[in-house]
Amino acid sequence: MSATINRIGLPRDAYKGAATTLCAGCGHNSITNHMIKALYELGVEPHRLAKMSGIGCSSKTPAYFVESAHGFNGVHGRMPALTTGAQLANRQLIMLGVSGDGDTASIGLGQFMHMIRRNIDCTYIIEDNGTYGLTKGQFSATADLGSVQKKGAVNTFQPIDPCAVALTLGCTFVARSFSGDGKQVVPLIKAAIAHRGTAVLDIISPCVTFNDHDGSTKSYSWIKDHEESIADVSFIPFFEEVHVDYEPGTVRDVELHDGSHILLKKLGEDHDPTDRRAAMRVIEEGRSAGHLVTGLLYLDPASVDFATTERIPESPLVDLSEDELRLTKDEFAQFMSEFA
Amino acid sequence: MTNQIINDLTIQAATVNGSGSQTANLILTRAIFHMGIPVAPKNVFPSNIEGLPTWYQLRVTTQGHMARRDQVDILIAFNPATWHQDLRTVRPGGVVVHEEVFSTAEARTDVTYYPVPFSKLAKSKIQNDTLRKQLANMIYVGVVAGLLGIPWEALEHAVTRQFLSKPKAVPLNLDAIKVGFDYWQDNFSKKDPYRLEPMTGVVDQKVLVEGNQAAALGALMGGVTVAAWYPITPSSSLCENLIAYAERFRTDPETGEKRIAVVQAEDELAAVGMAIGAGWAGARAMTSTSGPGISLMAEFAGLGYYAEVPVVIFDIQRIGPSTGLPTRTSQADVGFAYTLSHGDTKHLVLLPGTVEECYEFARDAFDYADRFQTPVFVLSDLDLGMNLWMTPEFKYPDKPFDRGKVLSKADLERLAGEWARYRDVDGDGVPYRTLPGTDHPAAGYFTRGSGHDEHARYTESAESYAANMDRLSRKFETARTALPAPVIDESAGSKIGLIAFGSTHAAVLESRSALAAAKLPVDYLRIRALPLSAQVVEFVSRHERVYVIEQNRDGQVYDLIRLALPPALVDRLRSIRHYDGQPIPADAITEPLLESEAIPV
Repeated sequence: MSATINRIGLPRDAYKGAATTLCAGCGHNSITNHMIKALYELGVEPHRLAKMSGIGCSSKTPAYFVESAHGFNGVHGRMPALTTGAQLANRQLIMLGVSGDGDTASIGLGQFMHMIRRNIDCTYIIEDNGTYGLTKGQFSATADLGSVQKKGAVNTFQPIDPCAVALTLGCTFVARSFSGDGKQVVPLIKAAIAHRGTAVLDIISPCVTFNDHDGSTKSYSWIKDHEESIADVSFIPFFEEVHVDYEPGTVRDVELHDGSHILLKKLGEDHDPTDRRAAMRVIEEGRSAGHLVTGLLYLDPASVDFATTERIPESPLVDLSEDELRLTKDEFAQFMSEFA
Repeated sequence: MTNQIINDLTIQAATVNGSGSQTANLILTRAIFHMGIPVAPKNVFPSNIEGLPTWYQLRVTTQGHMARRDQVDILIAFNPATWHQDLRTVRPGGVVVHEEVFSTAEARTDVTYYPVPFSKLAKSKIQNDTLRKQLANMIYVGVVAGLLGIPWEALEHAVTRQFLSKPKAVPLNLDAIKVGFDYWQDNFSKKDPYRLEPMTGVVDQKVLVEGNQAAALGALMGGVTVAAWYPITPSSSLCENLIAYAERFRTDPETGEKRIAVVQAEDELAAVGMAIGAGWAGARAMTSTSGPGISLMAEFAGLGYYAEVPVVIFDIQRIGPSTGLPTRTSQADVGFAYTLSHGDTKHLVLLPGTVEECYEFARDAFDYADRFQTPVFVLSDLDLGMNLWMTPEFKYPDKPFDRGKVLSKADLERLAGEWARYRDVDGDGVPYRTLPGTDHPAAGYFTRGSGHDEHARYTESAESYAANMDRLSRKFETARTALPAPVIDESAGSKIGLIAFGSTHAAVLESRSALAAAKLPVDYLRIRALPLSAQVVEFVSRHERVYVIEQNRDGQVYDLIRLALPPALVDRLRSIRHYDGQPIPADAITEPLLESEAIPV
């Protein structure tokens, strides 16, 4: 690959968007950069990309990458429905959804769950900071029990863990990461896009203005001290050959539907990402130990997405002509006669 | 027999829901229709699965009146729980066919009774144990056939038609009908004036269709490719029919692939969201719901209006407020749907008045949605949607789809990429759009429900906001003249006019005949869309008094017309409202009108 253009001949700048209007130091801006890198390196065709979002700081970010792609900043918590409809209308689109913790775990929890249940082919990134930034710092539903608000209030409710919820619903791709960990986030985004089905990426992304203080469990310093990666992730796209030198038994290789590979290098205890119960255990043990477990938690390489299950053709429904959609005159006449 | 009443009667079958009575009622309806006699059935059913009272009213007239009539000529009393109540509804001189064991202690003396031992007959004559309960209903079909003179051939036709996909059921049901038919012949002699006689010419080329079937077919012919819905009475049968029709006409027989996606969503929020997502991506997309669902869709309706996304939303109205009466009809969503969502939101609303228009408007709604890049509401109701209506066969579309202003890759190349999503290029307020997936670097734009400029970029600029809202108003005005125009009949040459819309049409037609007979001929304008056509104001200006007839408590369309009228004309407007959940009968128009005009009844 050339240093200046990618496999489809586009420079990295082609994947940039408008200037961000988020706070300096916001974790979301890092994630935006990770997305630009991932999309550029994958060589995603901008016209096939559909950037979807709901409402909130996170949901503004699709304006900040791949400006030439179509985007849809819809209504609060309802991005999954818009994504579902658009995906069915045109299966050639690459659906990339960006949401936040309020958008996903509170107002949009129902749609989040039903999107997973259907296994809509999309990437669903949660830019998770445990707080409502745009409305100035209220707790969100992913805030940890006992986490302290900027003005001192203590969260007395159990958090909703989007990854645990996703696993429970049979989500076919579940990962967690940290906005500051580009080495992990970029390959996870690539793998999520390559995956056929709903890929949930919960990326902890500190809010520098309202949730980056002592006592918060979503601050930069807390995460740096408590992050525990389960494996080093690398992603080999379908258009590159897998040639990695590694000690036998130290790396897992998972092949995706499109021929891409995810390579997972063991760090501590071995985790099999295709074992859903093991993923639940890893999350639960991390939680008990007060760790933020990151990495690819679960993947079903045999995932069958909704549109496939529903027998929707690969070619876009939007391209069908009148002849393909209307009854013929004979069929119509026959049908009318049956009402007699 | 003197004073025979031929082909002009209303049969009311009082049964228990979930017992299979609907099949019997449909067979009776089809048999009479097959005799060439106009029929108008109304099903009055509970919000319940099994065991509650249900009534089926089958009106037969030589003129083909389709509205409900309060008067019962022939009662089929099958339900002990409502027996005394049902008996009171029969007109003096009417007929009561009833289960023999029902008490006649308090019986009226001004009706003719035909007691039939339905239970005993079912036990002794129907051999099929599992289907006995269902087949028992067929016995009353046979009795009524004997009573009214329905020929056996018509019954055979009706049963065969009813069980098109289950031919094995045909002889079983015919045998059960024969039990009742024979019982009539063996036990009764005719003591009442009611008879049916075959007619010719009146129902030729006509079919019986439910509005929701018509709308489903219309949607299919309109090219719908994505439909999302959440089950709710009385709209469910629209998407269920769509699924059935798509199975037949939109499925590749070899690969099993479908040329449509139908999703049963988790709620109405998601249903309309999916439809809007699909409409944005370029599909012809729809959802279908009823009152409570419309309430939930308010948020997305505003997004559709402001972000300018085509989508078709069917509202098969039922009685509200809140849960209301889920199985009763109403026209009370009109005002709400018209401005659904917060802010300055307003929508295009189609108001079909016949099942033929349910088909045509469903089909054309997709053109209007694409052409004006906005949600289009199709407001039907339970009466129109779930009852069978006699209708001329629908016409095959004579024009291609109108996909509206969509810029293709070639268009963008021709424009050298110079375009703006929300720019009013043509002065009609309708901008150009591109579809996701268009392979041109200038194709993409960022759709948002937040404030935006011509290029769809976020802006809080006062000028940009106001300019965009003004353009949306211009677009609305363009649509006003493009939507289906009112149907106006001023042949009466009267100084009195009626205005109605939707399913009220049937009662208005009948009422106009009655009024003409009472020496009060009236003109008629039927509204078929919102925003109101300028023709509505002109119609009012040509008449001294204009009565707006609608099926809601508050006179919602009366209010809309008042707002549209110049002050000098406002006093000409009167309001007649019917809102008890039953389809409006002609008398509910005729009587108040005669009273208001001080004409002796």
